Amino acid sequence: MMTNPGNRLTQGQFSFLPDLTDAQITAQIKYALNKGWAVSVEYTDDPHPRNTYWEMFGNPMFDLKDPAGILMEINNCRKTFPSHYIRVTAFDSTRGVESPRMSYLVNRPKKEPGFGLSRQEVDGRCIRYTVHSYATDKPENERY
Amino acid sequence: MSETKPKVASIGDKVDLEAEFKASNIQEVLDKLDRELVGLVPVKTRIREIAALLLVDRLRKTFELTSDTPTLHMNFTGNPGTGKTTVAMRMGEILKRLGYVREGHLVTVTRDDLVGQYIGHTAPKTKEVIKKAMGGVLFIDEAYYLYKPENERDYGAESIEILLQVMENNRDDLVVVLAGYKDKMDRFFQSNPGMRSRIAHHIDFPDYSPEELLAIAKLMLAQQNYHFSKEGEKAFADYIPLRMKLPHFANARSIRNALDRARLRQANRLFAKRSGKLSKEDLMTLEAEDILVSRVFQEGKLDLDGDEGADGANT
Repeated sequence: MMTNPGNRLTQGQFSFLPDLTDAQITAQIKYALNKGWAVSVEYTDDPHPRNTYWEMFGNPMFDLKDPAGILMEINNCRKTFPSHYIRVTAFDSTRGVESPRMSYLVNRPKKEPGFGLSRQEVDGRCIRYTVHSYATDKPENERY
Repeated sequence: MSETKPKVASIGDKVDLEAEFKASNIQEVLDKLDRELVGLVPVKTRIREIAALLLVDRLRKTFELTSDTPTLHMNFTGNPGTGKTTVAMRMGEILKRLGYVREGHLVTVTRDDLVGQYIGHTAPKTKEVIKKAMGGVLFIDEAYYLYKPENERDYGAESIEILLQVMENNRDDLVVVLAGYKDKMDRFFQSNPGMRSRIAHHIDFPDYSPEELLAIAKLMLAQQNYHFSKEGEKAFADYIPLRMKLPHFANARSIRNALDRARLRQANRLFAKRSGKLSKEDLMTLEAEDILVSRVFQEGKLDLDGDEGADGANT
């Protein structure tokens, strides 16, 4: 995207900042755990903004007290999918909320080709716009 | 507390071990340990030593004297009812005060929680437990059940392997405490030498003496707002050696069971009399007759309502 010269994906929290260090990730997880949220690790290689359902890496981790376990899982995921997008999601199960409270990227591919804008001409010279990830032109697992 | 070892090198300024010791509030925990746990001298000594080591280590860090984080994985052996679980519970608190673990919670598991039922089930199960225990203490009760040599397709070995790996790599994140009966644990370590070498502290819990058991009984009663009458205490002191001779004696656990039965009889006695009003004192006191009716006195046999525990699971 032209408005994003570094071509970095900006989804979720902290995505306009430089990548979080492990210490920062740990601190954020600690915050979520203190609030009693269940943290899970998810990954995808299709970063379209409307692709909300990413692949889960293992089950969500309930009843954890310490971020070390989640960091271990994140590192496992990084090892398995070194060039996928990986995010950490904190789910709040309080009745009436029951949705993610936090979500931030912890891993991104080295090269992010970004998104192209495609136009579709429809009736009466109308134009519809959509974004399209260059990476998804290739089949799964060959994208990055 | 016998840890006034001025091991810290004094280049220029000096650090105050006493101040550090006070700041950690560790004395409070150790006092509590002394107060609430009767006997167990070797255990308390070892805990003191560990506390001293961690404290000195912390001071060394202020001088940037690097040393490896000490391994604190422990193995508790001892007969049933000698307080292995209770001490493990305290361990979490002590280690937290010393800043060795971050949360200090205790996760108690047995074989069921670690070992899966089919291929590929064990690893995620064990890992999940480990993740839950991180930042605290993982207490594996009856750890020898993990390894079943008679069944070569048993998944316990897989679980042990994962545990070993975590015990080595995540030393800063969690402390693993194994517990079990002495002979069975020895056999377990013989077949898993890797496990033995990774556990730095092997602590043996001694059996209690009759006097210690009486002290334990009084502590237990005090916690539940009961006490013995003078005769009651004497009767119970007589009861303990008799009970110790009978089979399935499980130290403090047998004492707890005996007290539970005495409470039952006390309630029954009060109920049977039902004459006049009862004072608070009446409701709190266990009399000699509540104890003397036990079959241990009458026939020299165990009470019928399940005074086992020697081979039962820990509670």
